[in-house]
Amino acid sequence: MTGSILPFALGFAIICVSASILLNLFRLWRGPLSADRILAVDTLTINAIAMIVIFGIAYATSSYFEAALLLAMVGFVGTVAYCKFLLRGDIVE
Amino acid sequence: MTLVAELLISFLLVVGGIFILVGSWGLAKLPSLMTRLHGPTKATTLGVGSCLIASMIYFPVFGGTYSAHELLITLFLFLTAPVSANMIAKAHIHRQGRGIDPNPSDNISDGLPSPPGTSDWATFAGAGKTVAAEQDETGGARSADEVGGE
Repeated sequence: MTGSILPFALGFAIICVSASILLNLFRLWRGPLSADRILAVDTLTINAIAMIVIFGIAYATSSYFEAALLLAMVGFVGTVAYCKFLLRGDIVE
Repeated sequence: MTLVAELLISFLLVVGGIFILVGSWGLAKLPSLMTRLHGPTKATTLGVGSCLIASMIYFPVFGGTYSAHELLITLFLFLTAPVSANMIAKAHIHRQGRGIDPNPSDNISDGLPSPPGTSDWATFAGAGKTVAAEQDETGGARSADEVGGE
């Protein structure tokens, strides 16, 4: 179905996203401030979305997109909730 | 047609992977939080958008089905990435104004310079900005009327 270029591009993209996830985990582990860790978790969510999309192309199935959409929404709400907790000391007042 | 689509998908995947890697490398390498915010909010969002466009080309050409899920994810990510970055920066400058978050050890100050004129920044309106004023007011980490507009 597909030719010979797409598997190499998929492998390259998967390697890049995996290295990015490792770098995000490094920042999540090291991050001196709480805001650094929030930023690392936010970026980790975005990288997980990219990984899900790339695996969807690699396995030629479109049933992973609900997971990606759900992860995008939950990641945004989680980031805002963490920031509200840092700002106010409470999430829902 | 199939070859052109495959070349385009491969190009978009490689570009997206490189942008995602550059964004996360900036997150790991840059020295302070305000500089670290640049990488994930711009480069990583662009890389994810590129991967989603590649997926949006792949499924109508090779799978035969078209779905708007990728477009929804792209739209949602492009809308929410600046908002979450703004929230993180705001939480950081408020915590730093209160002396909770210290300056980084490599002498790059994250603090805001004062605006021209007599008034302070609008995000500090109603908030005790300085550490001493905060300790005089409540003595605790929580202050209920910190952010006026929220």
